[in-house]
Amino acid sequence: MANIKLPANKVQELKDVCEKFNHDKGELINVLHAAQGIFGYLPAEVQELVADQLNVSIAHVYGVVSFYSFFTMIPKGEHPISICMGTACYVRGAEKVLDEFKRLLNVKVGETTPDGMFSVSCLRCVGACGLAPVVTVGEKVYGRVSPEDVKGILAEYK
Amino acid sequence: MEIVKLTIDNKPVVVEKGTTILEAAKTIGVNIPSLCYMKLEDMDFENKPGGCRVCVVEVEGRRNLAPACKSEVTEGMVVNTHSVRVVNARRTVMELILSDHPAECLTCAKSGKCDLQTLAQDLGIREIRYEGEQSHYKGDESPAIIREMDKCIMCRRCETACNEVQTVGVLSGINRGFESVVATAFEMDLDHSACTYCGQCVAVCPTGALTERDSTNKVLDALMDPSKTVVVQTAPAVRAALGEEFGMEPGTLVTGKMASSLRKLGFDYVFDTDFAADLTIMEEGTELLGRLNKFLKGDKDVKLPILTSCCPAWVNFFEHNFPEMKEIPSTAKSPQQMFGAIAKTYFADQLKKKREDLVVVSVMPCLAKKYEVSRDEFKVNGDPDVNISISTRELGQMIRNANIDFAALTDEDFDRPLGESTGASVIFGTTGGVIEAAVRTAYEIQTGQELEKVDFHELRGMEGIREATIDFAGLPIRIGIAHGLGNARKLLEDIKAGKSEFHAIEIMACPGGCIGGGGQPYHHGNVEILKKRQQAIYAEDAGKTLRKSHDNPYIKKLYEEFLGEPCGHKSHDLLHTYYFDKKKKIEI
Ligand code: SF4
Ligand code: SF4
Ligand code: SF4
Ligand code: FES
Repeated sequence: MANIKLPANKVQELKDVCEKFNHDKGELINVLHAAQGIFGYLPAEVQELVADQLNVSIAHVYGVVSFYSFFTMIPKGEHPISICMGTACYVRGAEKVLDEFKRLLNVKVGETTPDGMFSVSCLRCVGACGLAPVVTVGEKVYGRVSPEDVKGILAEYK
Repeated sequence: MEIVKLTIDNKPVVVEKGTTILEAAKTIGVNIPSLCYMKLEDMDFENKPGGCRVCVVEVEGRRNLAPACKSEVTEGMVVNTHSVRVVNARRTVMELILSDHPAECLTCAKSGKCDLQTLAQDLGIREIRYEGEQSHYKGDESPAIIREMDKCIMCRRCETACNEVQTVGVLSGINRGFESVVATAFEMDLDHSACTYCGQCVAVCPTGALTERDSTNKVLDALMDPSKTVVVQTAPAVRAALGEEFGMEPGTLVTGKMASSLRKLGFDYVFDTDFAADLTIMEEGTELLGRLNKFLKGDKDVKLPILTSCCPAWVNFFEHNFPEMKEIPSTAKSPQQMFGAIAKTYFADQLKKKREDLVVVSVMPCLAKKYEVSRDEFKVNGDPDVNISISTRELGQMIRNANIDFAALTDEDFDRPLGESTGASVIFGTTGGVIEAAVRTAYEIQTGQELEKVDFHELRGMEGIREATIDFAGLPIRIGIAHGLGNARKLLEDIKAGKSEFHAIEIMACPGGCIGGGGQPYHHGNVEILKKRQQAIYAEDAGKTLRKSHDNPYIKKLYEEFLGEPCGHKSHDLLHTYYFDKKKKIEI
């Protein structure tokens, strides 16, 4: 596993969170939740830090991280792509749109491209049903997306 | 104490409140089949996840079958442990477990000793009616332990051993559902984790998922190579357990048969690690007195308590968890490594051979020794002091392979010079033994008086942490003993906090000491077996004429002819070592 260096300010932020939870082992899930909020994902180094702070074994931390699908050890891409899978988007062909993203980027849902540029995830209804199917890339929202549009959307970020 | 009366299989039972149906049934000789459940009395080991449901019983008035290992008895309860309904349910559960298990019994290392296999036989499973996908996991081969996780049934006994008893914490259940398995953090191989190789996970695993790395073929290769002189050493605890591999009563001493079987297998010299244990006492005892006397003279820098260093799993444990204290343990090598160092110098010289022409094989109750022989500091120009380490179980296997009728062997003696030993060295095999052996020698050196009574009952027993004060002719020496790494951790935390009052502490990683080592015949949860091995060890000691290490004539000769003085220059070169900081650093 390649070692990554964690930014000092974020490390401090996580330590403060642990402090707030009194370094209580029972709060492991909450601490991990907060850690994912701070770092965006849970690399080995963050899990080690949490294990150290709460005085639990690193194997146990990893056991919890791997158990809950909410937790991820893969960093989001520079441009995180989310495809809405709410009912409205779904019936209007969101799945085909998703398939096209997966095909062009050659990743699965929850993965990030090797160059770190794009990650693909699914969302529950984003509340823009009038625009279905909806795709967001970072902060930007695309409406009425068809599989043919996907190539063009990606091109904007390359 | 509150008492509960109930009926199990039409028999009345009276037990303490809080007892499970399974334990209550045991008191009247009813053994309810179980799989995930395991309890090691007095060893802080209790695993009852209640997951496998093999132990179900029928309780009158309840609609559902109850898992006996998890259900507490209640007043007036009526239990049936073998109704047709119960037996059918057990068979169904078993078939479901087996439907996701590779049926590789014929070639499995655990065959014949596997709880899963035994249970399938007892329940008469002849076909598996459920067919489904089988789960596959990454395997792992470390220097000491092989993990074949396709054979894991998720009983989680290994987790309990590693996390609760040993407090090493390298194993955890990961993932969920069909994907779930016991693994290390990030599914790294064991040798990238803080695993100590104590082998206690292997000792409790009911299946072939965890086994030792088998080195018997390497031994056979060496025995067949005419250019090699093959020397074997056997650890103290092996003689108290090897008989079990051949169906003998636990606690049967087989020292003479073991020596004779090794000769039959073709080893050129049959020696004894006990010799090296006597040597360890000379070195470790002298080191203890050196530190003690400095301390008594007012030297504030001297490191006390001194900790024993014969157990390689314990060494791994402090290197990973307490590296800031790595100056405290004795620098004496383990008896296995002392033996190797002497065999490849002193003994090779006597044979007029080069060290590379000798192959030193060790038979150990231990899996950590397999890792220990591979450590670089125990090699000279790439040639290891001990070439191959096999477990008690592997020796049993070699004897069976060779078609030797073990029970019918006549007793033979070890060869000289590295086969002579005293009673002090035999007791290295049990918790409390190393420090008792050290006391026998240190007392006489320190006081100049002869010990009248060599048995120190105050140092013996099975409690996880013990303490005693031994009177060295007016000088009280405070001694601590811990077995099981969780207990060791407690004593170490005390030292770290400056609260320790001990002069010397003995630590062994395995519950019971080496008699309960990870390479010993499987105990299947029966702690009585360990106690019987312990009694056998003390019996062997009591039966010896010489019972103090410094009285061993061949040890005296070794110092005269070769080493000079204990802790002298040559001893330091050959018999002492140094430790590493292996704590994982977080990159920030
Ligand atoms: S060998 Fe010991 S330390 Fe290593 S995983 Fe097994 S129980 Fe844990
Ligand atoms: S590896 Fe063995 S002891 Fe551990 S959970 Fe699997 S079957 Fe049980
Ligand atoms: S107690 Fe004995 S068998 Fe167990 S790890 Fe230590 S040396 Fe090996
Ligand atoms: S032995 Fe009782 S549930 Fe497994």
